[in-house]
Amino acid sequence: MLDDFFTRAIVAGLGIAAVTGPLGCFVVWRKLAYFGDTLAHAALLGVAIALLLNVNVTLAVFFIAITVALLLLALQTRSTLSSDALLGMLSHGSLAVGLLALAFMTWVRMDLMGLLFGDLLTVTKTDISVIYAGGFAVLAVLAWAWRPLFAVTVNRDLAAAEGINVAAYDVLLMVLLAAVVAVSIKIIGVMLITSLLIIPAGAARRLSSGPAMMAVLAAIVGGAAVIVGLFASLNFNSPSGPSIVVAALVLFAIGLVLPARHVLQGNRT
Amino acid sequence: MLLSNCNFWKLGERDNNLLKQRDTLVHLSDAGIERGGRWLVRGLEFSVKAGEIVTLIGPNGSGKSTTAKLALGVLKPSEGMVQQRSDLKVSYLPQKISIDWTLPLNVNAMMTLTQSLTAKEIEAALASTGAAHLLKREVRHLSGGEFQRVMLARAIARKPALLVLDEPVQGVDFAGEIALYELINKLRDTTGCGILMVSHDLHMVMASTDHVICLNGHMCCHGTPQSVATSDAYKKLFGERAGALAVYQHHHDHTHMPDGRVLHGDGSVTDHCRPDDGHHHSTKTSMRRHAHDSFRITKDA
Repeated sequence: MLDDFFTRAIVAGLGIAAVTGPLGCFVVWRKLAYFGDTLAHAALLGVAIALLLNVNVTLAVFFIAITVALLLLALQTRSTLSSDALLGMLSHGSLAVGLLALAFMTWVRMDLMGLLFGDLLTVTKTDISVIYAGGFAVLAVLAWAWRPLFAVTVNRDLAAAEGINVAAYDVLLMVLLAAVVAVSIKIIGVMLITSLLIIPAGAARRLSSGPAMMAVLAAIVGGAAVIVGLFASLNFNSPSGPSIVVAALVLFAIGLVLPARHVLQGNRT
Repeated sequence: MLLSNCNFWKLGERDNNLLKQRDTLVHLSDAGIERGGRWLVRGLEFSVKAGEIVTLIGPNGSGKSTTAKLALGVLKPSEGMVQQRSDLKVSYLPQKISIDWTLPLNVNAMMTLTQSLTAKEIEAALASTGAAHLLKREVRHLSGGEFQRVMLARAIARKPALLVLDEPVQGVDFAGEIALYELINKLRDTTGCGILMVSHDLHMVMASTDHVICLNGHMCCHGTPQSVATSDAYKKLFGERAGALAVYQHHHDHTHMPDGRVLHGDGSVTDHCRPDDGHHHSTKTSMRRHAHDSFRITKDA
């Protein structure tokens, strides 16, 4: 079954959507969209380093993403610059360094477009096993840490006062995000990872009455976007990554038209 | 003490003798916090013991919430020391929580934010603060007073050893305010928990507190409500009038329950106070009386 490139693409895409949906909810709740972008851009530097040192790309991306995340945390507490300015510097700084490094490695023939926008149609069976192993690990940690992670998201002071190690869960969320970026960069590309994090979560919000429901719905919306986008890509011969993102946007727009859940359930007394 | 510079301590069992008495839940010794070259508050020296209500009063910006956060360990002291008893179970009602639109959160989910509870426990806690009917409502759509009732119920449901309440009754209607203070008092009596409270309502503070700490960037004065209200520092901070009206004794002959009904001394329950009811609290001045009467008028109208 996995011998067909299209089937492989769908299986890989669904695996990624199942993780980016729930994790994307936290990105949206905690207003980390730009942070996701920064990690993704840093991933390009990770790819360059992997090629330079001849190590596994996924691992290199994972470690560079975590390094950038921790750097950001450290700078936020020490610097007087606002965090969006810091993010901008780290994001585009690491993107530029990554592009430069790739340009100087003249012996490497690198498909830059593939890195920026991904290519779901070239997914191998190995990629699929990496996606599913990484995906299961991320989801398992997310489920295990759900309550404290959510409590920190709702109110940091309250969580800290009631015995939750707030800083540790901040780092954990960053590690999970870095892991998702690392396993999905080949497939969806540097530029589009963030969209799979925030668009399905955004679409799920209006249809959800609780946080867990929103996480599940976001995964479903993401999966639907993968299927619709890939079939569109097959039919119209369009690039797969952008097709999936556009499909997700269309689903988001449909969600806007549907009546909101809390209006349906409204039972004010 | 050599160890004492700038720290927050969670004491182990063996270190508990550092706290002067075994029933001390949290102790601040000469604690202060500095941000951007300015001392938000310093020279804090007090403790909260089991079964004791300590209330922080003071003008805006006097460091009340900051002091509460220091005691909780949310903020770390820049000088001095904060010691919490080991494995102290804490509940916290922050002064302000904003729930973003992107967060779908109903009251039921809010109740189990940091703990798992059975449906029965949730219902009982909400009922005790008069918020049982809000169970399915989205938190974002609650009124200010409803939100405070839910947050107080959440804090109570944890069965804490130390309850920290930062202006617990803000936005709560007048009858509810009295009922919630009575509830807080009752909670202390029945569970023996220690309560650290920030409050603006001087009457209430004086009625139900064991220990008042008057802050204005430092501890101006502290002690029993009576001694604080008659101190010069207090009068300087709040004006002569506040001192005059603040102290009063309990003359309970009826109690307002969280749902607004009235429980009388003879055990009967009515929707309103009776014409022959005394004050549930009598003040030196008639301010409380007036407020209470106006409540009755609006209720009856």
